[in-house]
Formats: sequence, C-alpha cells, structure tokens
Amino acid sequence: MVLPIVDFGAVAPELALTVFACLLLFAGVFLKENGRAVNPWLALAGVLVASAYAACPAEPHVSFSGMYAADRFTQFFKLMFLLGTGLTILISAKYSDDERINHGEYYALLLFATVGMMIMAAGSDMIVIFLGLELLSISLYALAGYTRMRAESNEAALKYFLLGGFAAGFLLYGMALIYGSTGHTGLFGIAKAVSHGSPNYTLLTIGSILLLVGLGFKVAAVPFHQWTPDVYQGSPVPVTAFMSAGPKAAVLAVMIRVFEQSVAFMNVDWTAWITVLAVMTMTVGNIAALVQTDAKRMLAFSSISHAGYAMVGLAAANKGGISAVLLYMLVYTFMNIGAFGILALVARKGEQRTRMADFTGFAYTNPGLAVVMTILVFSLAGIPPMAGFIAKFYIFMSAVEAGQYFLVFAAVVNSAIGIYYYLRFTVYMYMKDPAEQLPPLKASVGLLLALVISLYGVLRLGVAPGPYLEMAAKALLSF
Amino acid sequence: MLNQYVPVFVMTLAACGTAVAMIVLTSLIGPKKEFDDKMEPFECGVSPVADPKARFSVRFYIIAMLFILFDIEAVFLFPWAVVFRELGMFGFVEMMVFLGVLGVGLVYVWKKGALEWE
Repeated sequence: MVLPIVDFGAVAPELALTVFACLLLFAGVFLKENGRAVNPWLALAGVLVASAYAACPAEPHVSFSGMYAADRFTQFFKLMFLLGTGLTILISAKYSDDERINHGEYYALLLFATVGMMIMAAGSDMIVIFLGLELLSISLYALAGYTRMRAESNEAALKYFLLGGFAAGFLLYGMALIYGSTGHTGLFGIAKAVSHGSPNYTLLTIGSILLLVGLGFKVAAVPFHQWTPDVYQGSPVPVTAFMSAGPKAAVLAVMIRVFEQSVAFMNVDWTAWITVLAVMTMTVGNIAALVQTDAKRMLAFSSISHAGYAMVGLAAANKGGISAVLLYMLVYTFMNIGAFGILALVARKGEQRTRMADFTGFAYTNPGLAVVMTILVFSLAGIPPMAGFIAKFYIFMSAVEAGQYFLVFAAVVNSAIGIYYYLRFTVYMYMKDPAEQLPPLKASVGLLLALVISLYGVLRLGVAPGPYLEMAAKALLSF
Repeated sequence: MLNQYVPVFVMTLAACGTAVAMIVLTSLIGPKKEFDDKMEPFECGVSPVADPKARFSVRFYIIAMLFILFDIEAVFLFPWAVVFRELGMFGFVEMMVFLGVLGVGLVYVWKKGALEWE
C-alpha cells in the first residue's frame, strides 16, 4: 500500500491560519469579557505567521497528487488574501468593540474564509476548488449576518445564503458536465483531454457555461449580481470591505486557472462570453452607482463595476491581461478596504450614518482623514498618480494588444462615468458645510495603521509599480 | 439474455395491474356513504387542523447538526479501523489529527452550552 506524501510546505499558510482560527474559537468561549481585546491581535498574529510561510520562495510544483498547486501564481494570491484579511482585522478592531461583536468567532470566521480563498487559488482540481469555495462561502454567510440584532444584517445573510447556495448548484452541475465530457476533474487532465482527446464538445460547452454562471454569481458579474447591493449594504462594514476584495480575487483566480489552463483549447470562443459579461458588469455597476445616495450601497455598485474592469483583462486572454488582473486585484485590495475603513468610522455606532450626506464637512472636522479618503477615491476613480490609474492602464493596454477595441471603448467610457460619483465624496467633504453638530470622530490605532498601509500601497503602486508588476508577471510564468 | 427477465416483467405487470384494478373497481362500483367526519383527512385520530406555523426550538437544529457531525466521524472511523494495520503509524497520526480537529469543535460547543437542553 502506497501512502501519500504529505507536502506540508504547500499548505503551511493554510495550516497556520487554521490553528489560529481554532485558538480564536477557544478564546471565544474561555476568555472573559475583559480579555476580548486580545482577539484582533491574535487574529493578526495568525495572518503574520501565515504570511511568513506564504512568502517563503519555493520551487513551483503541484502536490497532493496533482490537486494542489504551489506555484508563484498561488503565492501571489495567498499574499494578496492575507493582506486583505490583515487590513480587515485592523479596521474591525474598534468596530467590533463598538458593535459588541468582538467575539473570537468573528475573527475565526475571517481566518477560515481566508483559508477557503487560498484553497480556491491553489486548487488545480475542480473538487478542491469547490471545497475552497464552500469554506469561503459558508464563512461569509455567517459573517454577513454577524450583527444579528440588525434586521438588514439578517436579511443580507439570508439572501446571500439562498442565492449563494443556488449558484453553487450551477457551479457543481457545470463541473459534473465537464467531468462527464472529459473524464477528469483535475485541470491538467481536462486540458489534456480537450487538446488531444475527443471530448463531447456539447457537454463541455454547456458545462463551461454553467461553470461561468456559478463563478459569475460569486464574483457578482452582471446579470448575476442582484444579491450584491443588499448583501453589501446589510453586512457589517468591515465584512463588506472583506467581501468586496478577497473573495472576488479568489473567484478570478479560479476563472484564470479554469479558462486559461483547461478549457482554453476548446473550439468555442469563451473570451466572447467573458467580454459580454465584462461590458455588462462595468456598465450596470457604474450606472447604478450614479444614482445612489447611500455611500455603502454606492461602494457596493462600484465594486461590481471594478470586477467588470478586472474581467476586461481576462477577456484579453493574453499574458499581459492576466498579470494586469493580478495587479488590479492587489491595488483594489489596498484602496477599497481603506475606503471602507473610513466609511466605518463616519458611519458611527450602529451604522446609522452611511449616506453620502454624512460625509458633509468631513474635511473640516477631520482634515487628515479627508485627505486620505480623497486619495483613496481618486485611486478608485483611476486618476494618476494613484495606483488605480496604473491598474486600469495595464488592463486597457492588454485589451488593445488583444485587438478588443470595443471592450476598451466600453471600459474607458465607464471610467469616465465612475469619476463622477467618486468625486461626489470630495464634493461632500470639502464643499458643503455640516448641517448638524456631532461629537468629533477619532480614528483608532487599528484604523490608522490600516490607512497607512492602504495609502502606502496606493501611492507606491501608483508611482513605481515595477516590482509588483514583475511579481504579477512572474506569477504567470510558473503556471 | 433479456429473455430470462420476461417472467419477472409479467409478474410486475400482474402485480401492478391487480393493485390498480382493485382501487379503480372499488371507487367505481363500491357503495359511497359520505359524511363530514369521514371525508376529513385521517391523521391517527388527532384533529388534522392546526397552525402550520408552529415554532420549533432552535435547540433541535443544533442537536441535529452536531449529530450529523459526529456521525460522519464514526463513518470515517470504521473503515480506518479495518485497515489500521496496513496504514501503520501514518494512518494513526492522520486519524488523531482528524479527531483532534473534531475535539476542538466538541470543546467549543460544550463550553458554548449547545449540549445543555435546559
């Protein structure tokens, strides 16, 4: 009997996070009320340990009988997820105290969700990918409803759960059909069967479409986005920040792996499907964001449109496009979680003030934070020299190289629309007098730390993106 | 080859035919004396009308969930015990890790009070 060799190196970050998540569960039941302050820092320690493991350079290889990739592509995504989780924990520290949700379980769920994303990015077998997706999704359903005394939060959790479960059905059915036509669940096996064998092309095409629908739900691509605004608005702000960055990147990682690696040799032009999705996602996301009066809901629609931009790179389907997607998601992690951090502060206790109008006069009460917010929304709008511009630039360039001029045209028009609603933040902060006197806002240490990191990321990647771009390009070579 | 199944097929047809014929014939030629009590759906003598929105205690769901969890654990343990010798040390450590993870869960639900009924 041959025993499997356990390749601990490939899963070290996941193991570290799991151990810390279990510790947090224990902290949740054994610590008294006054010991809870340790929760965020324990979670942060877990993220740091996992990052140390994830950053270790390793020879690219595939372990666990070809089911789990340990290449640079995986490494890039793992570090990006850990960054997003770290930032989320930092903005959660004060928030969870205020909302009385500072339980070990909250942070344990964040860590488990991160493990799920890592498994998705590393999975080179459809079963493993599905396992990671479910781990991520179940953690997110619980997190969305974490402020359980708020009706909106409950609504968000239930909507997310029902629609997420529905989407998982599509995904699984697609996987089953792909397996049926090629006889493999492993992505390498599928690629081989598609390029050399003679798979049942009808089944394969239907399977790929179902797979795309399932993944489209998870990445909130139009027309599968209906759940997004309500879920993002109802969830606690730090959870919304977390959901809009990491999980989307994880689903994009799966899309890249499945479509670039496995069904790429299919006789159907799958980039056409992604092109259609990308154009609709950008346009609907942006136009709906225009009319929002609630900042949280507006950022939800903006996150839909950003997923659309990222899919432009995917539709370009060349090396430049894919590495641009990686860079885009990294930049988006930095700028979006920072912006949500400030929103969490402005919303105050109980999230009563998430309207755009609640930013009125923010520049007079908190000039420093207003400058940070301005930089972050400029970056989201894609104005140089912020990182958002660089990220969009490489995406658009790759689409031009691929000859997808219509796609570039749509993306540029959408960027222009986007500038309008992002700049409304600046209008409210700088150009209007506050209507009512409220107690001054004071940022916590955690939030300040998160903002410093976001700001560094946004400016560093905007001014000198070289090393990061190289990292993203290298990530593809080891594919 | 399929020929040997013909008797089974005939038997199935005959059985179904008899059952259907009995039901159809009784409803066609049997006497009918209908009154209110008789026409009500019968449910073990209990009045069949009740509020469908009866509320269950959430504890039932928690217990059911925990039952499934530890039931699966047992399902894994049986085949493991059968091939225990062949697996050797590796299998032992692997199973202990699995049990350890479930143990963490058990301690958690215990301390959380999910096992207390009252």
